[in-house]
Amino acid sequence: MLAYIIRRVFQSVIVLLAVGLVAFSMFRFVGDPIENLLGQERTVQDVERLREALGLNDPFAVQYARFLGRAVTGDFGISYRQSRPVSQIIAERAPATLELAFVSGVLALTVGIGLGVFTAIRRDGWAANIIMSVSLIGVSLPTFLIGILLIYLFGVQLRWLPTFGRGDVVDLGWWTTGFLTSSGLKSLILPSITLGLFQMTLIMRLVRSEMLEVLRQDYIRFARARGLSAKSVNFRHALKNTMVPVITVTGLQLGAIIAFAIITETVFQWPGVGLLFINAVQFVDIPVMAAYLMLISVMFVMINLLVDILYVWVDPRLRIDGRHT
Amino acid sequence: MSNLPDATRQGVEPLDRMEPAEVVQPSRWRSIWDADVTWSFRHSPVAVVAAVVTLAMILSAIFAPWIATTNPFDPASLNLMNGFSRPGVPNAFTGESFWLGTDDQGRDVWSTILYGLRISLFVGFMAVLFALVLGVLLGLLAGYVGGWVETIIMRVADVQLTFPSILVALLIFGVARGVIPIEYRDQMAIWVLIVAIGLSDWVQFARVVRGATLVEKNKEYVQAARLIGRKPGAIMLKHILPNVLSPVLVIATISLALAIIAEATLSFLGVGAPPTQPSLGTLIRIGQDFLFSGEWWILFFPALTLLALALSVNLLGDWLRDALNPRLR
Repeated sequence: MLAYIIRRVFQSVIVLLAVGLVAFSMFRFVGDPIENLLGQERTVQDVERLREALGLNDPFAVQYARFLGRAVTGDFGISYRQSRPVSQIIAERAPATLELAFVSGVLALTVGIGLGVFTAIRRDGWAANIIMSVSLIGVSLPTFLIGILLIYLFGVQLRWLPTFGRGDVVDLGWWTTGFLTSSGLKSLILPSITLGLFQMTLIMRLVRSEMLEVLRQDYIRFARARGLSAKSVNFRHALKNTMVPVITVTGLQLGAIIAFAIITETVFQWPGVGLLFINAVQFVDIPVMAAYLMLISVMFVMINLLVDILYVWVDPRLRIDGRHT
Repeated sequence: MSNLPDATRQGVEPLDRMEPAEVVQPSRWRSIWDADVTWSFRHSPVAVVAAVVTLAMILSAIFAPWIATTNPFDPASLNLMNGFSRPGVPNAFTGESFWLGTDDQGRDVWSTILYGLRISLFVGFMAVLFALVLGVLLGLLAGYVGGWVETIIMRVADVQLTFPSILVALLIFGVARGVIPIEYRDQMAIWVLIVAIGLSDWVQFARVVRGATLVEKNKEYVQAARLIGRKPGAIMLKHILPNVLSPVLVIATISLALAIIAEATLSFLGVGAPPTQPSLGTLIRIGQDFLFSGEWWILFFPALTLLALALSVNLLGDWLRDALNPRLR
């Protein structure tokens, strides 16, 4: 078990170093940093001085090491477009994205598992059939079309919910939250449904097929024969044993939620990190792109690592196998 | 959508474990295989409908200049007075009627959809072709040569697979914008899009081809080819490649749906096809601005077209996967 974890951590570090190399190469070779930092009015001496000050004359490996060292402390340089430290800009935007991702994740998980269990138990009922057909459409609709559809329905036609921005937010000093005001909460509804819908259908279909598999097993039949209540059989015996694949998929989808926040944030003009990244791509703001790449990869690698460890922890069979190999 | 890559990845998974087909005379096996597929096609109404829709869209994209009522890229044919005509209702100023309406500049929505379809399909096909060639070559190389070549290729594939392909495409697009001088950006946008989507999508091909190659390379016909002194390149391309093509075909079809949606998403985000060469995604992006003022048709019809296209290609891919999977026969 311990050897397994150490090996996985080691692999993760290698991946991060590789991504760091990509991010650094972008930073160093796409466009000229000097060109972007100094305006039109500059002298050759200015250029040379800045070149020396930024360490652009050092060997590649030294520059890469310095980049990594700074990145570890959260220093990603200065945005070409906003002329402010990238870390500061991202810190301002992060709460919006994280709150959105959190609500979407909770929504996807609770509704997804709930509907999955329901459709598995009432397999042939009309309600379950309708849910399954609707979910098929949900999977094939592109995220941005779902967002536009919701905006049109609830924003333009019914005028129930706000269609852009975060509403009123409360500033807690280091964190801005939309959870504490009614307009903030209302603003969260449409974007989080848009963002979480795909994951919700995915989890639902997964839970359903796993449940159907498990409900066929002998120990479920035995539990029923013992006279246990349906609730106890369905949730304590059956659902528990579907959790291993659900954990894996949910974990991996967590990363996807954060990445796909880019699209949702653009549709709803949500002032988060994703919108920042899209603007950075449009205006070739390399430091912001590099920082976003690094942050996302740290997040993905951490999630993958946690999922792998959780996997072994949840499924005792893997623990025994791990000891042998 | 854009979420779709992961869904399809799951759907495609069984292919990795696909058993090699039974060894019969190649020519006869081929004809039976063809017949099998045609049989299952005829007996799947969903597949037939999907194929008809897809074919109709491809044909109308190819013949767009002849089907379209106006050329939306020719400013001379546009009349600003025709702007915001409702679908099927004669325009209040000019009396002209457009069956799908017009946008703010008086462009006929029907014609812009046809031309948009052209760009969407072109980008989709080219991106899949690019991903296919790259992925198949790297997969063959990794499977046949092995050693450090395999380690490097598959490591890179693993790392890339951890990231959603839309993110990879966005990054490649951003970097390309930085490298290409400003005056060429719009001209090159379509090609950058193709490379970005293609590069984000080669991993599936490489993994499947590598898996199949590992199985094939120990078979007698490959040993024989090696014995008579054929070069490794020739063995890979002439002997192994034809035998690993059927899963590649399935992935290519599903990838096409994904590529079309990826292109639409990127264009919708404003980092894809430029407004001078609008794809379906660009049209939806433009249409979104008019949604609040009630001109729903500018967005609705391109969105419907995109949806129908993506859905039919997806359904075709699903059917093809089932039809070619020996375990389901």
